[in-house]
Amino acid sequence: MIKIEKRNDVSQSIYFLTPILAIFLTLFGGGIIFYILGFNPIEALKFFFITPISDLYGLSELLVKATPLCLIAIGLSFCFKSNNWNIGAEGQLVFGGIVGGGVALLFYNHDGFYVLPIIILSGAIGGMLFAMIPAILKTYFNTNEILVSLMLVYVAKLLLDYLVVGPWSNPEGFNFPETRQFSESARMPILFDGLRIHTGIFITLITVFLSWLILYKTYLGFQIKVSGLSLKTAKYAGYKGKTMIIIVFMISGACAGLAGVGEITGPIGQLHRNISPDYGFTAIIVAFLGRLNPVGIIFASLIVALTYLGAETAQIFLQVPKYTGQVFQGMILFFLLGSDYLLFFKIKFLGLKKNEL
Amino acid sequence: MSFDLNFIGVLIGAIMASSVPLILAASGELITERSGVLNLGVEGMMIIGAISGFALMVVTDNLFFAVIGSMLSGLVISLIFGLLTQSLLTNHVATGLALTIFGIGMSAMIGKNFVGIPGKEFPLLFVNFKESIPFLGPIFFGHSIILYFAFGLPFLTNYFLKKTKTGLIIRAVGDSPTSASNQGINVTLVRYSCILYGGAMCGLAGAYLSLIYTPQWIENMTGGRGWIALALVVFATWSPIKVLIGALIFGGITILQLHMQAIGLRIPVQLLSALPYIMTIIVLVVISRDSRKIKLNTPTSLGQIFYKEK
Repeated sequence: MIKIEKRNDVSQSIYFLTPILAIFLTLFGGGIIFYILGFNPIEALKFFFITPISDLYGLSELLVKATPLCLIAIGLSFCFKSNNWNIGAEGQLVFGGIVGGGVALLFYNHDGFYVLPIIILSGAIGGMLFAMIPAILKTYFNTNEILVSLMLVYVAKLLLDYLVVGPWSNPEGFNFPETRQFSESARMPILFDGLRIHTGIFITLITVFLSWLILYKTYLGFQIKVSGLSLKTAKYAGYKGKTMIIIVFMISGACAGLAGVGEITGPIGQLHRNISPDYGFTAIIVAFLGRLNPVGIIFASLIVALTYLGAETAQIFLQVPKYTGQVFQGMILFFLLGSDYLLFFKIKFLGLKKNEL
Repeated sequence: MSFDLNFIGVLIGAIMASSVPLILAASGELITERSGVLNLGVEGMMIIGAISGFALMVVTDNLFFAVIGSMLSGLVISLIFGLLTQSLLTNHVATGLALTIFGIGMSAMIGKNFVGIPGKEFPLLFVNFKESIPFLGPIFFGHSIILYFAFGLPFLTNYFLKKTKTGLIIRAVGDSPTSASNQGINVTLVRYSCILYGGAMCGLAGAYLSLIYTPQWIENMTGGRGWIALALVVFATWSPIKVLIGALIFGGITILQLHMQAIGLRIPVQLLSALPYIMTIIVLVVISRDSRKIKLNTPTSLGQIFYKEK
């Protein structure tokens, strides 16, 4: 007989162990899918999760992909902790990229140490302003932030498309939908020759540290957590709910904007249609997998970045579409949410009692 | 003049056709939400319906199997959502998002071998009336059976929710699961059924896209329609008839912007394509401003986890 009992308090160790359980279940599920597709599951999983990071270049690529994911997820953790469902980080990323890219084009052929910081700052402000749209509509017009932030993703992507095809397209670019390559002064310095890993990783690490400070060492962080746990308590304590909603959206928008500007000044070096392989959506998974905890999110971003790399390798070696990565990402979140059941309930395996037979 | 009138008729017919996937998905989601469950996986379930319908059409060469199969696959994938939210008590929003991400990835994986295959002609009903009657002909005739079903569905849904006992039970579960449970209603079972029904309708909506509307398989072909359907449910303040009106408005915007693109107005194409999304936001703002109006029909327990101590 199996008996299910409600736990009285949530165990901290299980809280951080279930994500690992979820990852193992995802590997298992992925193996089954590969088997159905007619591959040797062990071999396929090796291509997916080991091959991509078995050399220095692969490890650098892992960090290149984890950099924006971690940054966005950190921002989202502020929203999710306070029960604000910003799921339009992808749009904020794109808009940050547009603003930062516009400034970079403004400084075309311009040298000076101040160029890059200005671009980065404007990208962050762009993302922040874009995130304020759903926040303000939520606070003052009672509008559902999930739907608004999501609709804005499409708007931002279409705006980017318009700009790179039309007014911002490279005058010498034979009508390709892309802008000029940014000047050297507008690019994130590369850390090691021959690898793509760039200084953007420091922006991410600094942001992680600052968020940890804000969340765990300030009154604002305390307010955010309380509002997430119980809105009634927050109201009773007299927190300014509306201001807080706008602040958490601003933080997460700025982080997404930073990620966007980091991509275009880092690995990409110009604006074109596809500046992000859905980092903004995937970061939602990273935030949950990392338990909305800054350190947890660092690890989660590395794991989820690996699904991107794995999908690319699998595309080459197994001829499966790159969307396989999304299947794995979806599964991780399914298993993670499902295994949360263990947090709140104890499952006891009891022997059959005599009177039950 | 009669030519112009006929053109307007054709235009209205096109608007109706483009609103069908929205009506189907939103009507399904409406039932799910009325039972208190917020399933944000509409986009994922639609795209799974689209690929399974198309794949089955190619493999079996039978449109009937394709349509039924798309509904079944929508149902099966919504079962994942049901298992997680109802049996494992997970957060509705996060689970729905996972379903969408998973669905888009899965559909592309299955659809890899179906890219570039031409679709099959879907039989249209009363085609001779469409041509012989000016204006009214193209509005009322020459559509697929799914369109007629879609336009009847909101009325059926309305009747079902308001006049039948099962409809009453669903609303009771959505408004107060605890008291419904105390009355001896199996809340979890009701919610499971509503989730599965919503999944089947989203699957059908997807199949309409890949079998009839643009008969082929394109990656990501739902293009945000699932999200617009979710917005429609809010727009309609959970009332089925208003879903129909809202879907027609959005269908109208879609067709209008396509026509504006075709006649080459000096407005950027991208701005026109963004119109449906911008309109969604504006409409949501206008509707939600009056919080009393929106609370009138909102299922009180929407998105909340129900757990019964055994």
